[in-house]
Amino acid sequence: MKIRAQFAMVFNLDKCIGCHTCSVTCKNVWSNRKGIEYAWFNNVESKPGIGYPKNWEDQDKWQGGWTKLNGKLELKAGGKLKKIVQIFANPNMPEIDDYYEPFTYDYARLQNAPLSEAAPTARPVSQITGEKMDKITWGPNWEDDLAGEFEKRSKDSNFSNMEKEMYKQFENTFHLYLPRICNHCINPACVASCPSGAMYKREEDGIVVADQDRCRGWRMCISGCPYKKVFFNWESSKAEKCIGCYPRIESGLPTVCSESCVGRIRYNGIILYDADKMLDAASTDNEQDLYKAHLDLFVDPNDPKIIEQALADGVPQSWIDAAQKSPIYKMAVEWKIAFPLHPEFRTLPMIWYVPPLSPVQSQIDQKNLPTEADGVIPKASAMRLPVKYLANLLTAGKEEYIVSALNRLIAMRSYMRSVNVEGTPDIRPLTAAGIDEDTAKAMYRYLAIANYEDRFVIPTSHQEISLDDYHGFQGQNGFSFGNDSANGQSPFALFPERRTESMEPREPAPLAAKKK
Amino acid sequence: MNLSKFVFAVYPYIVLTVFVIGCWIRYDREQYTWKTDSTQLLSKGGMVFASNFFHIGILAIFAGHFAGLVLPHGLWLALGVSDMQHQWLAIIAGTVFGGMMLLGGLALWFRRLTNARVRAAGRGSDMFVLSWLMLTLLLGLATIPVSIGHANHGNPEVMLALANWVQSILTLNPQPELLDNVDSVFKTHLFFGMTVFLVFPFTRLVHVLTAPVNYLGRAYQIVRAKRRA
Repeated sequence: MKIRAQFAMVFNLDKCIGCHTCSVTCKNVWSNRKGIEYAWFNNVESKPGIGYPKNWEDQDKWQGGWTKLNGKLELKAGGKLKKIVQIFANPNMPEIDDYYEPFTYDYARLQNAPLSEAAPTARPVSQITGEKMDKITWGPNWEDDLAGEFEKRSKDSNFSNMEKEMYKQFENTFHLYLPRICNHCINPACVASCPSGAMYKREEDGIVVADQDRCRGWRMCISGCPYKKVFFNWESSKAEKCIGCYPRIESGLPTVCSESCVGRIRYNGIILYDADKMLDAASTDNEQDLYKAHLDLFVDPNDPKIIEQALADGVPQSWIDAAQKSPIYKMAVEWKIAFPLHPEFRTLPMIWYVPPLSPVQSQIDQKNLPTEADGVIPKASAMRLPVKYLANLLTAGKEEYIVSALNRLIAMRSYMRSVNVEGTPDIRPLTAAGIDEDTAKAMYRYLAIANYEDRFVIPTSHQEISLDDYHGFQGQNGFSFGNDSANGQSPFALFPERRTESMEPREPAPLAAKKK
Repeated sequence: MNLSKFVFAVYPYIVLTVFVIGCWIRYDREQYTWKTDSTQLLSKGGMVFASNFFHIGILAIFAGHFAGLVLPHGLWLALGVSDMQHQWLAIIAGTVFGGMMLLGGLALWFRRLTNARVRAAGRGSDMFVLSWLMLTLLLGLATIPVSIGHANHGNPEVMLALANWVQSILTLNPQPELLDNVDSVFKTHLFFGMTVFLVFPFTRLVHVLTAPVNYLGRAYQIVRAKRRA
């Protein structure tokens, strides 16, 4: 057993209002450089729709993620040798138009234009070529709020095994927002695809990053990631991706997208897992069992044996404390209301989603929908959103997990309604959904109230034990001995190395004895 | 000192020095700039043909030159390859891979010239180095009819002279006079070819030195700790 700590998130889709504040704040902080104007480390898609980049979920087309080949886990696009053979021209590489041509507008024209009959217009300008564009034909969120014909949107892979034609009718239309960032997977396909070994998972918090110095631009990670969340900076020829806002996480702050979320749908926390079981979990035969195998990777942070092993494996005590209070663990493991996005990609993603409810109040008032005992809140199967669609999105098509989670969310609402409106707690829906009153109250606290300190349980990083020479590192940012960002990579340094190491002893001080 | 002496006795050492020191400095101090500068994201059409033909062609040509000029002459004789067989092998391989590189390279060259996105993303050095490689290739291809002429007369002298000259350079005993009787198309090709190595450290060509062969032997997943193990 090898216990590792993973920084993870849960997005409560039930409360996402599609305002794109997460996307905009993220873009302003991390991806406004030249070359990645088109890249959105965080984007919000309107589902059903083909998303960004176009049809990213269709792995028959993109060959992202993993597959089982002769009983063995293998990259879907092919193993290492095939990657090397395809290195001169990656056949699975998306083109810029699969995202969209980044554009700005010729705003100055609005003020500079000569006097004319018609009002001047600010024409779009390509951010790649700088030339005027005739027409913008696609964008990062072209299908916002179900824009466009159903024919096009229904190419959405999540409609597989569904009679999708009926959802074309206005009466049956359904819609949900899907905010997406890098999943910081436990079995990342981007890392496995990288020929130069530039992509890696941070041991301390499991955040997946791309080493900008080591990256040579072989662009295999771009196609390897089934979520298409590694982007190619066409100016620098480097892979760039969501870095989990690690400078903030290390300081105990939530990510920018989480902090700025006006709907309070995002939860940040630590979860402990057994790294030795990773390969077995990702290799689970049946796609529909992957969610269960993924759940089984997580270990109970309250188990004394686990705590002992975690400490032995270098997880700091404060991280174990945080794991015990983790909202992620509660939602994913204890309440089982959160699910990984497309577990069938076999990357063991670590951004999980609470499926959205979609009650139709007028239909309920007209008694057209079957409801729970309270007569107010409809049954999961009667919701507007087809369970099958959610299952295709979150559980590789297995509906029972989704139904169970929706029922729990409904039961919690129904129960809280009985407490606050009727004045007499009605626990019948809770019993039916398999949860007790304490759980329902805790779910209410976390999901409905969603206080800052409940949503974000982020321990500060322990640089003093994770860095090789903390004292040597301290006070050197900006005030170093020159050429700070390029201190030489090879062991045969061309110019004499500067001695930055401190003389401090490296042994960490022993931990204080545990209080009885 | 005459021009021939400079180009074939001094220039090779300038080239080698700049090549080695330049690559070393760049790798050591400018890791970030060590990259492929791929433009496949901006324009994918035809790349499977163009880029593969160009790369396979140029790598095979490099390997061929290395085998024929740098590896010792005695090795080939010991392997039972006679000088004439050697020359015909070089002619055939050069034609096949030179043709591949020509087709792929032309496609890439026109793409870089005509595609607005690729042009916007490219740097001057990209177009320069591609053009220079193509000129070198054209000169190389132009030597083939001359070589065939020699081969038809059963005359390996020029090939041996070129190989001996390369060996003389590499053994620090430059003998530019070896090239005195070599046709001028070969000499021009030599100058262009050497210059490729001169500009190499300052262009995107460096990416070939970090061809990711160690990927084949590595575990799929990489976890890095800040603390040295």
